[in-house]
Amino acid sequence: MAASSNGNFRVIGTRPIRHDGIEKVVGRAKYGADYSFPGMLHGKLLRSPHAHARIKSINVEKALKLPGVKAIVTGKDLPRAENKIEQAGEMAINPYYLSMNILAHDKVLYDGHAIAAVAATSPHIAEEAVRLIEVEYEVLPPVMTVDAAMKPGAAILLHDLRNKEEGNKETNVAQHHQFKRGDVEAGFKSADFIVEREFNTAMVHQGYIEPHNAVGIYNNDGQATIYCSTQGAFDVRSLSAQVLGVPVGKLKVVPAEIGGGFGGKTTIYLEPLSVLLSQKTGAPVKLVMSRAEVLRASGPTSGSKIKIKMGATRDGKIIAAQIWMAYEAGAFPGSPVGAGAMCIIAPYTIENLHIDAYDVVVNRPKTAAYRAPGATNAAMASETIIDELADKCGIDPIDFRIMNGVKEGSPQVVGPPFKRIGFIETCEAIKNSEHYKSKLEVPFRGRGVASGFWFNAGMQSSATVNIHTDGTASVVTGSTDIGGSRAAMAMITAELLGLPVNDVRPVVADTDSIGHTDVTGGSRVTFATGMAVYEAAQDAIAQLKKRAAMVWELKPEQVEFRDGEFLSGDPSKPPMKIKELSKRLARTGGPITGRASVNARGVGPAFATTCIDVEVDPDTGKVQVLRCTVAQDAGRAIHPSYVEGQMQGGTAQGIGWALNEEYFYDDKGILRNTGLLDYRMPTCLDLPLIETAIVEVPNPGHPLGVRGVGEVSIVPPPAAVANAIYDAVGVRMTETPMSPPKLLKEILKKRAAENAQSAAAD
Amino acid sequence: MPIAIIPALLRKYTAGQERITVQGRTVREVVADLERHYPGIAAHLLEDGDLKPSIAVSIDGEIAPEGLLGPVDEASEVYFLPALGGGR
Amino acid sequence: MAQKNGVKAPISRKSLVDTTINGEPVEFLCEPRQSLLECLRDVLELTGSKEGCLTGDCGACTVLMDGRAVCSCLVLGVEAQGKNIVTVEGLAETTRLHALQQKFLEHASLQCGICTPGFLMSAKALLDRNPDPTEREVRYALAGNLCRCTGYDKIVRAVLDAAKTLRETRDASAAAGS
Repeated sequence: MAASSNGNFRVIGTRPIRHDGIEKVVGRAKYGADYSFPGMLHGKLLRSPHAHARIKSINVEKALKLPGVKAIVTGKDLPRAENKIEQAGEMAINPYYLSMNILAHDKVLYDGHAIAAVAATSPHIAEEAVRLIEVEYEVLPPVMTVDAAMKPGAAILLHDLRNKEEGNKETNVAQHHQFKRGDVEAGFKSADFIVEREFNTAMVHQGYIEPHNAVGIYNNDGQATIYCSTQGAFDVRSLSAQVLGVPVGKLKVVPAEIGGGFGGKTTIYLEPLSVLLSQKTGAPVKLVMSRAEVLRASGPTSGSKIKIKMGATRDGKIIAAQIWMAYEAGAFPGSPVGAGAMCIIAPYTIENLHIDAYDVVVNRPKTAAYRAPGATNAAMASETIIDELADKCGIDPIDFRIMNGVKEGSPQVVGPPFKRIGFIETCEAIKNSEHYKSKLEVPFRGRGVASGFWFNAGMQSSATVNIHTDGTASVVTGSTDIGGSRAAMAMITAELLGLPVNDVRPVVADTDSIGHTDVTGGSRVTFATGMAVYEAAQDAIAQLKKRAAMVWELKPEQVEFRDGEFLSGDPSKPPMKIKELSKRLARTGGPITGRASVNARGVGPAFATTCIDVEVDPDTGKVQVLRCTVAQDAGRAIHPSYVEGQMQGGTAQGIGWALNEEYFYDDKGILRNTGLLDYRMPTCLDLPLIETAIVEVPNPGHPLGVRGVGEVSIVPPPAAVANAIYDAVGVRMTETPMSPPKLLKEILKKRAAENAQSAAAD
Repeated sequence: MPIAIIPALLRKYTAGQERITVQGRTVREVVADLERHYPGIAAHLLEDGDLKPSIAVSIDGEIAPEGLLGPVDEASEVYFLPALGGGR
Repeated sequence: MAQKNGVKAPISRKSLVDTTINGEPVEFLCEPRQSLLECLRDVLELTGSKEGCLTGDCGACTVLMDGRAVCSCLVLGVEAQGKNIVTVEGLAETTRLHALQQKFLEHASLQCGICTPGFLMSAKALLDRNPDPTEREVRYALAGNLCRCTGYDKIVRAVLDAAKTLRETRDASAAAGS
């Protein structure tokens, strides 16, 4: 659908400078940790030095005596929530577990689990007070992997977690999902090639550069305000209300600028504690995590174990897949294994399918969402198996994907057929790229491709469009801007109203100033909030038409709006721009505010296909990424620069996941890499320029064709890197990260086997 | 008549059947009809009179934000899926 | 020294630091344990420099100290004595953005923006000493700054483009002067 008569967009698809850009390049933009208030206190947390232990006692007396210390709270200060899953906005949460993660009640369940929070006159005094808190522990055996947790007789983390299918026994398995289609056994019988492997992917962190933060201000009337960096102010409000045991209406959340989130800032850690400490001290309280706290105690995404058996016929048709997958949830239930199971073969039509998926608690931090949660682990396994099958069939890996790829009408893992999707188009974009056509004939260099799927999300959004008296407008939403979404909202508004993009000011409002809006996550802002903005702008236009009619003494139906002008159809009444009409609002009925709230339907799934060239150092196992191209279906790219930015950023995170990043726990379950030197994210020197091909297969469920672009590009890289490594040195990697020691081991194994073979031949 | 698609783990309650023709104009009525024919199945879909938070319902390929109130028509296919948003 | 219930307060005596920040003479009081980053942010309210790690690994706190890019989290506040400090707040001229700032905006080099101040300062240190860097040299100079949003592509392009603009401006003014 076009907003102007010639069928072309005027603003959408252009690359204006983002409206909030200047504040961010001059250092004026206020992120959560930049807020301060008169009389503000600073808080610090005491965290568990054990992976698994019972808390026998906590003594805060010495700490409280330290001058400057104003208050200390422990798990006893939080109301006991009921052990029951509740709807909080669109999220299903168990406030009992959430509360236990905010401050441990009687057990600590991971290294870094919060135990107490101190408020003092300076962060340094608070830190010293933390050291004076005495805790007696009864140390329990740590359970660190899904294998250890699922073993009979494993130490139990949560005694109220029961296996309802098996006699209500205590268990570490929180959930079992199963998906079945066709007859897997029969499928394998008719396969010419069968590949079977087991994969292990390491737990990784979202790695946002800005640590979690919150400033809480409690007023004596029981109202409290939280300033924090979050992906969802409304979620912070509802989750904090649950943990504090107060109605949502008692809390206001003001979203600060946010320094990255990638899913990790869709939950809460410090927010209710800032309110509780403020309530106890009568002063504003600021809490900011250190980097070590971020790594030890904020949500990473699951490590996983995945076993796949997949079969294909000689002519290249994937005929059967049997999959077993278990994801580490962290200390409390809720890994993204259900999503992983529905993503793992989503790009392909496979008639015979059996997937078992398990959500398993372990003594690691509770996982949080991370960009296409669950899908990247899954694709590491399935997309390398598919590469191997293509190889066995002697078919180009892109052609093999196209042959088996889903299109409109293909069934999803769970039944309902896809609507119009762009998977094949992403494969074709890579196939036609200069990169894929280029030759790569240097030794130890290899090329790999892989694809990925993500659902994308709809959910609730609200928007208002205010027409100002000078003919400019503001667009207000509740979606925190994590990567340029203000610009996209302003562009949609400007497109519809026929205004220059700089005449529209985008605003991100607090929880009292806009209708409920769900998280900035699930690639949903441009899609769902964009839909609300689209409808709010249409609402404003409908009202403006009435005013134009009034001025012209016509009926509203007689007025047309085209190319930013109101037309009367009467030559004696020349077209009127919004700028002219807006001067007359006061005399034609008052101000105009276009409004819309949606619970968005019509979500358009996202696909990406990525091609990566690597060079492997055969003596050290170090992998250098030489070239990388990613093709992704955006539906419609509102601001192409920021679409490319999402594609490049997701790809970079996927490459980090592939090659370097992992949580390293010792045998006692203590995290040994708590800084960014040892938790090794890609630097500038590790990456090439990342080439992008934006595919635009419009989403039929959105008025502008938008799908959402924030997540899927993270999915293919680990598998693409693994496939490139195979192409380079002939070893199949089944573990992430594919770090030098792991790869070198496989290279040496292969060399030893070859030497033994040639010795035997001699 | 609408068709309910039963998740793999619950097919033991439906004698292994995946696709079941049901009556009802809302998801709530569909679940009630399933329970009439396959007693015990509703306990795995509902909790405290509402859809279990771990379950999402999709009607004709579209997640229904209304849950049990979701409207179902004569030709609808109703899927019960694991709710997304894991990892929170 | 402050006492409460017989426990001595650990507060140590503050020092007066005399320094130059963004071209202006500045005096401030700080404890010996406070980092320059903490002094900038909490004492002087210059919150443009960001804290990402406090261990010198992420570069979000990068400032110029006598023209060199340093992680202000690894410099003590008292070490600023007599030095010339430039922070992101001092990068633009009164009414005009620095070419780096302008190019970061034009190339969409920031998404969340938290790493941007550090990147701008590291890039300025590079271009001040090497006006015509290669892509490899840009990457080497920025390798101490972590960005998790962009994959660095648009940052590298912006720095190369800003270098070109700065060279052209310099050549033009040299030509006008001769």
